[in-house]
Amino acid sequence: MEILKYPDPRLKQVSEPVDCFDDALRQFVRELEQTMRAGPGGVGIAAPQVACFKQIVIVDVSSKPKIPSHGCMILINPELTRWEGLALGREGCMSVPDYTGNVIRAESITVQALNEHGEQQAFDCEGYEARAVQHEIDHLQGMLFLDRLVSRRNDLFKRKVYKK
Amino acid sequence: MNHWYMLTVVGEDRRAIVAHLTHALYEGGCNLGEASMMRLGGNFSIMMMVQTTLSKHQLDQLIEPVVDSLGLHAHIDSIKGQLHQHQIPDVRVHVNGADRAGIVSQVVGALAEAGLDITDLESDVAGTEQQPIYLMIIEGHASEGIEPLRSALEIVAQNGIDARIDEIETMVG
Ligand SMILES: [Zn+2]
Repeated sequence: MEILKYPDPRLKQVSEPVDCFDDALRQFVRELEQTMRAGPGGVGIAAPQVACFKQIVIVDVSSKPKIPSHGCMILINPELTRWEGLALGREGCMSVPDYTGNVIRAESITVQALNEHGEQQAFDCEGYEARAVQHEIDHLQGMLFLDRLVSRRNDLFKRKVYKK
Repeated sequence: MNHWYMLTVVGEDRRAIVAHLTHALYEGGCNLGEASMMRLGGNFSIMMMVQTTLSKHQLDQLIEPVVDSLGLHAHIDSIKGQLHQHQIPDVRVHVNGADRAGIVSQVVGALAEAGLDITDLESDVAGTEQQPIYLMIIEGHASEGIEPLRSALEIVAQNGIDARIDEIETMVG
């Protein structure tokens, strides 16, 4: 499937919850996962990135060594039920080629979602995996990491204030 | 034919330097590329990639009224464009300590020897005039891996400098 590229206005569209957990949904999830794995270094994808405006997200950071991971998570109608701490990290997006930048995210989260069979699940995620989940859920709200960029100077300045 | 230039402008900070300069460039039909503009102490500094059919001399003339009226200094170099070739940094180094001569060269020298290619360095002087502190954040590519950089920083840190290196694992999703 083709990935929408910024500044395509559809990336700003808010996605609807999924209410029908049928074979068509499961087939779509498989194709979405293939698209994610075909992208260079992609560890997550959201349905609106392929112009399907449903609340479907896939995150799989297990390819990265030394990083805690739940394997391949299919997150449908996801909701963050807990978030703690803040961390600065670098992000890129398959919808924004040739750009990476620093974004502040919650360090630790709990995400509740349904899987492709409509079963309720909850995951406690930390660090890199938590970052990926938050990045993808942003897509469902029509938000890109570009909307959350911070400059390093900004980070520097904060450190200065905390020092005192 | 279009050429790329690196336009460097510095001067005492005052209101709307960026607005006036970019307006003149826009009116002159110039295209802007990557840029870094910031206040350093009481000064303002601009480094900006400019694409134009103008010659170096014509570009100089185009910005001269703004540069003169705001008391700035400008410098123009002919460059290769090379956009869309961002290098993604894989390490970030934080350094801070009491401000003293040589802190930058000491740290950066040790890191360069251990294989760091710097993509970005920002530093700042904080604290008070009596007790200044120096802060620096460096991002770059660890061409020989992170371990040599860690060892290099450990040696530097023994001289009263706090230094930390973090791996940057860029999340693409
Ligand atoms: Zn994305």
